[in-house]
Amino acid sequence: MSVFLNELLTGLAGASTLFLVAAGLTVIFGVTRVINFAHGSLFMLGAYIGWSVLTRLPPGPIWFVLGVLATAACVGAIGAAVEMTLLRRIYRAPVLLQLLATYGVVLIVRNLAQVAWGPEDLALPRPKWLSASLAIGHSEFPRFELILIALAPALLGLLWLLLTRTRWGTLVRAATCDREMVAALGVGHRWLFTSVFALGAALAGLGGALALPQGTASLHLDMQVVTDAFVVVVMGGMGSLPGAYVAALLIGVLRTFGIVLLPGLTLVFVFLLMALVLLVRPQGLLGRLEADSPALAGAVPLRASGPALRAAAVALLAGALAAPWLLGPFPLAVLSEGLIALLFALSLGVLIGPGGIISFGHAAWFGIGAYAAAIAATALHLPMAAGLALGFVLAGVLALGFGALVGRLGGISLAMLTLAFAEIVWATAMQSPLLGGDNGLLGVWPDAWAASARGFYLLTLALAVAGTLALRRVLLSPFGFALRAARDSPMRAAAIGLDAARLRAAAFGLAGAGAGLAGALSAYSKGSVFPDMASVDRSIDALLMVLLGGIHTLSGPAFGALLYTGLYDLLLNATEWWRLILGLAIVVLVLAMPQGLAGLWRREGRAA
Amino acid sequence: MTLSRRSLLATTGAALAAPALAQAAGAPIRIGEINSYTAVPAFTLPYRNGWTLAVEQINAKGGVLGRRLEVLSRDDAGKPQDAVRAAGELLDAAKVDLLAGGFLSNVGLALSDYALHRKRLYVAGEPLTDALVWQKGNRYCFRLRPSTYMLAAMLAPEAAKLPAKRWVTVAPNYEYGTSMVKWFEMLLKQHRPDVQFVASQWPQFDHIDAPATVAALAAAKPEAIFNVTFGADLTSFVREGNSRGLFAGRSVVSVLTGEPEYLLPLGAEAPKGWIVTGYPVQSLTDPANAAFASAYRARFHEEPKMGSVVGYALIASIVAGIAKAGTTATEALCDALPGTSFPTPFGTTLWRAIDHQSTLGNYVGRTALQDGHGVMVDWHYVNGADALPSDAFVRKLRPA
Repeated sequence: MSVFLNELLTGLAGASTLFLVAAGLTVIFGVTRVINFAHGSLFMLGAYIGWSVLTRLPPGPIWFVLGVLATAACVGAIGAAVEMTLLRRIYRAPVLLQLLATYGVVLIVRNLAQVAWGPEDLALPRPKWLSASLAIGHSEFPRFELILIALAPALLGLLWLLLTRTRWGTLVRAATCDREMVAALGVGHRWLFTSVFALGAALAGLGGALALPQGTASLHLDMQVVTDAFVVVVMGGMGSLPGAYVAALLIGVLRTFGIVLLPGLTLVFVFLLMALVLLVRPQGLLGRLEADSPALAGAVPLRASGPALRAAAVALLAGALAAPWLLGPFPLAVLSEGLIALLFALSLGVLIGPGGIISFGHAAWFGIGAYAAAIAATALHLPMAAGLALGFVLAGVLALGFGALVGRLGGISLAMLTLAFAEIVWATAMQSPLLGGDNGLLGVWPDAWAASARGFYLLTLALAVAGTLALRRVLLSPFGFALRAARDSPMRAAAIGLDAARLRAAAFGLAGAGAGLAGALSAYSKGSVFPDMASVDRSIDALLMVLLGGIHTLSGPAFGALLYTGLYDLLLNATEWWRLILGLAIVVLVLAMPQGLAGLWRREGRAA
Repeated sequence: MTLSRRSLLATTGAALAAPALAQAAGAPIRIGEINSYTAVPAFTLPYRNGWTLAVEQINAKGGVLGRRLEVLSRDDAGKPQDAVRAAGELLDAAKVDLLAGGFLSNVGLALSDYALHRKRLYVAGEPLTDALVWQKGNRYCFRLRPSTYMLAAMLAPEAAKLPAKRWVTVAPNYEYGTSMVKWFEMLLKQHRPDVQFVASQWPQFDHIDAPATVAALAAAKPEAIFNVTFGADLTSFVREGNSRGLFAGRSVVSVLTGEPEYLLPLGAEAPKGWIVTGYPVQSLTDPANAAFASAYRARFHEEPKMGSVVGYALIASIVAGIAKAGTTATEALCDALPGTSFPTPFGTTLWRAIDHQSTLGNYVGRTALQDGHGVMVDWHYVNGADALPSDAFVRKLRPA
């Protein structure tokens, strides 16, 4: 009994920690509809600033509380500054662009934090009162975690009072419903939004500071926390504070008991739980079903490229064909990598652009393609052509199956399901002995005819061009237009007999096959495959490429892929500040060209 | 105080501008070095200081084969694919003579396979996986640090002396963790057939749910705990364990915890009496280490860490091979390295011919608390040669 009670309390404390992480994110989303990717970074800043503040204060409980509150205020101010300089300018931009901008902030904050606090993890020395415990039955339970258990519901209550019982809260809720109307009534909704963002940031800072007694301030916190926060917020229902608390409770308690029964499942437990919930209730536990705000505002239909662009493409192709006779092996290898990225980005572009589907897990198909090729090469001893074909087909078929399962959903819940699936693929690769686990599969080298840098480059070029032309053909076919119809006017599309779910499933199959081919090529170019080919980082890379390039054309993702690989290659070894520079570049690009490089987030389209 | 890029450039510049120091004539010998500088800075920055010191000392003595030594360093951002690309750039564009480096096991394996494909030498410093020299071992790959097997073999005899029979394990959920636990269980059972492993926890690396993990371990009512977590996970685990009394009255055996990189962040909460592997830098007085440590302190104004030793010994091991081969040609180097001995802060070490593993050892001791931070006491050095299995065992695992 005592063991059960101990586990239950542990789970409740874990739930409180999760709620602290997620509360700010859901508050910000509920009002501004911005998906703040930098939420984890604000949490990380809370931990670091909290460390700096608390190590300078006397160790008593009163000082601890004051220090934590001061930290929260500090992070709130930073949040307000971010809102005023960046987000305020892009509230009307598509959701994905806001995501891109806040990812730029993630990179900048990570780099600055490393400069300010150094690379080592920082632990807060704990005075007696923080490390003390109480005897519960036969075991000890930390007193600090008992405080946490009480803190989350108290915070939930306070936020509820703030939003429902104050004039500020009323205005905020009004602005959520109708920004223009509130503005017309003489309320400056800009400052409202700034204050909401500051509140969300302060909550993140509070969470970061309160995490110090149990852990450390480290540079990895940002991405860890933001995935946890997303899972809790989406599972609870976007924008719903009570939902976030219920989801946190569910995850916290089930995970604590799950760890005892199934210790091997730590990598995927939370994602499996989220996938189950979203398949049954796509809007989340307490979320309201609302018309999905589209990933991007309606755009003019895709047209075949004009003569100028076509001429440019031909010139580019001629240059690419001449390259093997002008460049050495290393530049050719870099170009091959760029072409693989191009194929990967184009395939994601199909989902995001014409499909209107946000995918946070596109690396799943890339990873599946890479592993299929590696198995073909190392276990089945097949020639490279068969390995490439296997990667292409297997990823395509699995993606089609996944699409059939989730095609009826849309918006953020579908995006989170793609993330969950990618995490499951990643964890399978990590843990399966057949797939080599973390040590990956080695010895996946191309056949003799493509072994030279020149040969492999020409092969990659041929496949990239063929892939591009095939995708272009498909998107300009009736299928492509039907897909776009289902995205832009679901009702009318349904009325003329288009089955949106089936169209989306097909789009998944197409995109998965393209990414699978890219993954298989990548396996042969590097000679080895590893689980991180299916990691969240790689999915984010793909998103960045597509968004940098702009999504309403085929050429956009292609440009974005080449630009991103070029920037990354150039920066990674040129400077230790590469994160800062890349982050600033992203932010500046978003502010200067909200339409993306290819210039086609058409403003006139949005007005329509 | 860490070495910044600017000061690194400044010192390189100074070395170039001082012909009296750089007597070496002819083209420099170039080592292409790759590591996870931005992904794992806590280990790799002391490591970079270590190899920088070694290179400076060697060039001050006139270099190798009358040529200056030069290290071209690249960041792999913790990703095997980036490491392979950097290796290509170093070999094809920068024309280095050999490759070296690596922190993560999978980066080491990717580089080793690439080296085999290109038939070029790769000397791995830190990657711990056994596969690097055994299952996936090849002619072109050499590895400096004690492997997971060797670390387990250093700890198992100490663990066997404990009265405990009920053991639990906690290890990060990837290859390093699983193979560490596998070898420790096997070797401890050889010493003590009466022990039982009653539970195991596999937290996600860098993402441990410490309260739940500690509660689950306590629920198994163990007499002893084998810990493999390190870094941020270790700090959370130790704090939570302290608060919940997990370690009270229980023995703990813990890998790597005695390394300053991981012990110092624990501060005053550093555990007492854990049996650990590590580097008791302050209490070492033997001449090899004292000379290294004082030169390091003078150069960087901080205590050397385990990474510093690895970086320093890595260069020494390569230089010894080049000196013996009398050339930087790959095949000659691969023939010369096996059987070559080289000086390290831990004493003279040997490249084994049978599997290209070095015999660099490790210190095994107990943790204690001094002046508010953790230190290692009651330590002894275990030579790597004594922690390796029989040749027959190795031959069975390593392809010919």
